[in-house]
Amino acid sequence: MELLRFATAGSVDDGKSTLIGRLLYDTKSIFEDQLESIERTSRDRGDEQTNLALLTDGLRAEREQGITIDVAYRYFATPKRKFIIADTPGHVQYTRNMVTGASTANLALILVDARNGLVEQSRRHAFIASLLRVPHLVLCVNKMDLVGYDQTVFEQIKAEFRQFATKLDIGDLTFIPISALNGDNVVHRSASMPWYDGTSLLHHLEEVHIASDRNLIDARFPVQYVIRPQAQTDPELHDYRGYAGQIAGGVFKPGDEVIVLPSGLQSRVASIDTATGPVDEAFAPMSVTIRLADDIDVSRGDMICRPHNQPRISQDVDAMVCWLSDQPLSVRGMYAIKHTTRNARAQVRDLDYRIDVNTLHRDETADSLGLNEIGRVSLRTTQPLFADDYRRNRTTGSFLLIDEATGSTVGAGMML
Amino acid sequence: MSAHTYELTHLQALESESIHIVREVAAEFERPVLLFSGGKDSVIMLHLAAKAFAPARVPFPVMHVDTGHNFPEVLDFRDRTVERLGVRLVVASVEESIAKGRVRERPDGIRNPLQTVTLLDGINEHGFDAVFGGARRDEEKARAKERVFSFRDEFGQWDPKNQRPELWSLYNGRHHKGEHIRVFPLSNWTELDIWQYLAQEEIELPSIYFAHQRQVFRRDNMWYAVSEWTHPREGEEVATLTVRYRTVGDVPVTGAVESTASTYDEVIAETAATRITERGATRGDDRLSEAAMEDRKREGYF
Repeated sequence: MELLRFATAGSVDDGKSTLIGRLLYDTKSIFEDQLESIERTSRDRGDEQTNLALLTDGLRAEREQGITIDVAYRYFATPKRKFIIADTPGHVQYTRNMVTGASTANLALILVDARNGLVEQSRRHAFIASLLRVPHLVLCVNKMDLVGYDQTVFEQIKAEFRQFATKLDIGDLTFIPISALNGDNVVHRSASMPWYDGTSLLHHLEEVHIASDRNLIDARFPVQYVIRPQAQTDPELHDYRGYAGQIAGGVFKPGDEVIVLPSGLQSRVASIDTATGPVDEAFAPMSVTIRLADDIDVSRGDMICRPHNQPRISQDVDAMVCWLSDQPLSVRGMYAIKHTTRNARAQVRDLDYRIDVNTLHRDETADSLGLNEIGRVSLRTTQPLFADDYRRNRTTGSFLLIDEATGSTVGAGMML
Repeated sequence: MSAHTYELTHLQALESESIHIVREVAAEFERPVLLFSGGKDSVIMLHLAAKAFAPARVPFPVMHVDTGHNFPEVLDFRDRTVERLGVRLVVASVEESIAKGRVRERPDGIRNPLQTVTLLDGINEHGFDAVFGGARRDEEKARAKERVFSFRDEFGQWDPKNQRPELWSLYNGRHHKGEHIRVFPLSNWTELDIWQYLAQEEIELPSIYFAHQRQVFRRDNMWYAVSEWTHPREGEEVATLTVRYRTVGDVPVTGAVESTASTYDEVIAETAATRITERGATRGDDRLSEAAMEDRKREGYF
């Protein structure tokens, strides 16, 4: 069974909680005690209907204020796939939350209210999904029951969104007309919309092809940890030296010629080990241990790749950065940078522009990035990084900026 | 996995993610420790740690926060497991905390809430800077919002409104001396995943996870074991039933469920069909209030 991670985004009152509630309920992923608990709370608060948002609003402050503060993760499975939902709230910290949820998502699901059509937030959600290179985007036009299941409403929204999407870089775009409340086209095809010839949302989630979204071409292995058994007990392990890590791209096989960065030393893959024995090949995102044929110096933060397909080795980084902190990003500011298994420091050399996430307008006069703002920056790092464009590899193309004094994560970067 | 389509099963994907997390901690922290109770989640955590560093040994100790109210089967299992893997066991004892006057025994004799002090004292005493816990996001709604790397201040407190954003598979473990990071490598696993993985890997568990005969009594809609520390009150009738445990904790607050499931496959079938969460079915301590878990976690609980 394959694992699919998706992020949901929507604006206030577009029925996102109802949709998630329905997916969980219809796949029998809500438990009786959870349902009883939220029914009781809804009743106590005087809500007319059971508020399914209470399922995900786990924190006291969220329940008190009736808003979702933080990304919530929910889990469900069908016989075909296991799903992880990153449910990103629409009102508070929307950009920070959606960027977080989208960073690991295979698919982004954006909800639009059929009565209101595309709103500013829909465009913003689509922009963030494309910026984070979420490979599949589903636009669910919800509340079709409230527009009489009218095909022209759906087609209009679809056309408008398609036009907006030409400005973005979206790989795979799907439109589904639904009513989350009545369950139309959520789990089963709806009899109320015979004009719709696509699949139900759940069917799409089960069938969408995600295996080829990963980069299986550029072999990248950031060395995470060196395994050297202290093997007084077992002399056979005396010379064991394995490089542990998670494959970030491509396929590795025993016998492959490889180069280690930054040293530039070359060797061959002697074996690819797992706890249950060696394997014939390994690919992203497997966690394995690679042994090399030659005894060369390799340590954490190094990168193993192929001699004829190397990442960029550079101290200069151009990137889109989403700012996550109250303390604004400042030009000349110094931050810790975390990229694959490598830690360094980075100075902001320039802010090329700040982008308006609603209009996509580029403000080239901007000189700082505030909380939830996104811009293009140039960084100079204290050590070379081994980087790919984020659009080519989400693992070797992404980084965090960390405030050195507080230790907080303040920026999320995508390399250009 | 299929070698030709390069696909991983969901269990392989979860395992790979967890091993990555465990290795990240070993690489970036000076003194990690893994909380090991003998409960199924901690058993899987330790199994993953053993896989992450094979053929070397697990490069950090394990710690058991011992309430003194243990199922004997679980203690026996704990000792055999650390022996087999050659890891060092640190025991942080609630009884010792009581003897030293760090905490006071509650009138109801329940020691689950007292564990927080013992846990934090243990972390301080040994200078642990990263503490692996087996909590999962599907267990409880406060846990659904917690990060994989979860920052704790010098008092061991969790601040749910001020968590670090966590993106991609980049984990920020920055902390000052005296602060620490709780690490949850099983964040994305569900109870069903846990059982499927236990079966797939043929991992041994304490016997109480499977159906057995036990003297129990009914209280607050749960079956509690008759034990040294738990006795039926007047009007609470004792019955001998076939039960198993879905979670393993402090005996006085851990309920059993009626079950005849005695193999992994039978437990998986039962878990797939169950309509009540494991904490709802078996943990008296979570029933205190809507935010019982969040409040305990803020103070430094697991």
